[in-house]
Amino acid sequence: MGNIYVPLKTLFESLGCEVILPPPCTKKTLELGVANSPEFACLPLKINIGNFIEAIERGADTIVMAGGVGPCRFGYYGEVQKEILRDLGYDVEMIILEPPRGNFLDLINKIKLITTQNNKTIKDLVRALRFAWKKALLLDNIEKQSSKLRPREIEKGQTDKVYNSLVKRILDVKDETELETLKEEISKAFSKIRVLKNKTPVKVGIVGEIYTVLEPFVNLNIEKQLGELGVEVHRNIYITDWVRENLLPSFLKPKDYKSILKLAEPYINCFVGGHGQESIAQIVNFSKKGFDGVIHLLPFTCMPEIVAKSAIPRVSQKFKIPVMTIVLDEHSAEAGFRTRLEAFIDMICHSKEVKNIAVLSGN
Amino acid sequence: MRIGIPRALFYYQYFPFWKNFFEQLGLEVVLSSPTNKEILKQGLEFCVDDACLPIKIFHGHVADLIGKVDMIYIPRIISIEPKEYICPKFLGLPDMIRNSISNIPHIVDTELNLYKGKNHILDHILNLGKILNIHQTRILFAYFKAIKAQRQFEKLMIEKFVTPQDIIDKRLTFIENQTFKKRRNNIKVLLLGHNYNIYDDYISMGLIRKLRKHNIDLITCEMVTKSQIKEGNKKLSKDLFWTLGKKTTGTAYYFLEHKKVDGIIHVASFGCGPDSLVGELIEKRAKLEYKIPFLYLNLDEHAGEAGFDTRLEAFLDVLEGRKHIEDNISTYG
Repeated sequence: MGNIYVPLKTLFESLGCEVILPPPCTKKTLELGVANSPEFACLPLKINIGNFIEAIERGADTIVMAGGVGPCRFGYYGEVQKEILRDLGYDVEMIILEPPRGNFLDLINKIKLITTQNNKTIKDLVRALRFAWKKALLLDNIEKQSSKLRPREIEKGQTDKVYNSLVKRILDVKDETELETLKEEISKAFSKIRVLKNKTPVKVGIVGEIYTVLEPFVNLNIEKQLGELGVEVHRNIYITDWVRENLLPSFLKPKDYKSILKLAEPYINCFVGGHGQESIAQIVNFSKKGFDGVIHLLPFTCMPEIVAKSAIPRVSQKFKIPVMTIVLDEHSAEAGFRTRLEAFIDMICHSKEVKNIAVLSGN
Repeated sequence: MRIGIPRALFYYQYFPFWKNFFEQLGLEVVLSSPTNKEILKQGLEFCVDDACLPIKIFHGHVADLIGKVDMIYIPRIISIEPKEYICPKFLGLPDMIRNSISNIPHIVDTELNLYKGKNHILDHILNLGKILNIHQTRILFAYFKAIKAQRQFEKLMIEKFVTPQDIIDKRLTFIENQTFKKRRNNIKVLLLGHNYNIYDDYISMGLIRKLRKHNIDLITCEMVTKSQIKEGNKKLSKDLFWTLGKKTTGTAYYFLEHKKVDGIIHVASFGCGPDSLVGELIEKRAKLEYKIPFLYLNLDEHAGEAGFDTRLEAFLDVLEGRKHIEDNISTYG
């Protein structure tokens, strides 16, 4: 799921586990997943299965998976995946981390359970968590910076080059002092990219189901594609925000989280699982921040986001912000996707021009 | 005052309760017409295209009620069993309706949330009273009457192996005389699926009618006691958090374990989230561990009846063939 593997790998490695990374998602991953998953399961489950099989082939013997209590399907992924892998004849152990029902210590205890074989104390655990957290913050930082630079760069593709090498560097960092020196390196690397200073690109927000928003393979690299079209992209979900909002005990949650959710109430009045309600809230929020458009991503048959989708026409009308919904599944093809993006951006640019002319001519 | 109830989704589960409750309160209960082509068409028009068939049909039923009633009862059903949910689309149903259909009468969308305990049903009932502006004691009186009717309804289904539609349409004696000539050799089929799919004659393309015509004894999730479902669910390593899914797996595993059925038919709507996982779990067990024939029927608005019938008939032939072979095996091997 996007870059989330970096902090997680760090966390488990500093706890003394050997971490085997599945290769980045490719077409093969998808094919493996689709062949072995239920037909109508949503896309993330299929890709997970592909990831698992590839990781097992590389020698993994334990899989750590998150659980949940619904109503979104994700909560039952672990169980179904366990059955599928068993049927395929793989002998792996699956540890499913159930979310703490209001008790943060539960989660820590479970993580501890994984690491007891390695004689680590709570102190080590806290240190590992802190280190992983710092890496996550840094990653979010470079993602945000590169999405700002991409539409403004003079030499196309430079930002991506820098970004990719930086992600690798962050993954390899072994202790906190090294991380500090890397920080300076990052700002240097980014400042070297030559940009058009006075350009004001179109600003588009991305909302939707977390997996499709975060995983570039699934969303066909939407951030990069939009960047190439000269669009500045902001996501509604970054890894660190997600952790803050969902895993921390309520008194540590960011303060604006609840107030943003309130924005969705006239359209979706209660929690509908997943990120359905948040998607709507963030569309409203983006329009208030003066964004030019929003793209809504969801995997095919995602239940919470379908509820959100039903509310989008009304929200879009009321706040006068164009919203495009893109449904992603294993059949999504890049060419058609690109065309839709281009058309959407053209439309935004056009309406912006019309507005500017209206302002200039005094209407 | 006329209150409209769409003849879709939880109508098949809670109609006796709703009818008795509102009638006790002096309201006139108006049902939408049985599902037909016009309703389906309107549903498709109003609903977002990614939703599943029953949700689309529900939109059609709501549209059908416009102009006939003063208000429409669409409760926000979050949870009907403690620690379980219904599908997310039920949670957002009143919102979906409001967002998609304009000019609708007032929607009564009180929250029904039993996630934290069964007694929260009283919150739902009392809130209804506040909206309808009716005194508490009258509400409670109506509630007790209605719950009695509901329990009787549920009991009847378990005892007599009849469907909710049989009871609501008062076809009981007819069914008893006609199709329930109990023959020992009847094939027993377990019909799994959400009640709003299998009992809606239009959505399921008369599945129950057709099975009965073939002299098949059918068992559905509604005809099974709670303790049986609980026993079946012990085979799951983690409790499911969807009430309807749990009912399905519980029933399936119970009957698989006790070897009481000859075949299983699972009816799911295209794109049903919970069923995509639940169906997988059941199908795997039925095929691998118990070797019982399993037919998976997928419903959507494009389903053609001819292909549907062919598949059903082929499946029934398989069941009959198996039964025949079983009966003719010589005791000497």
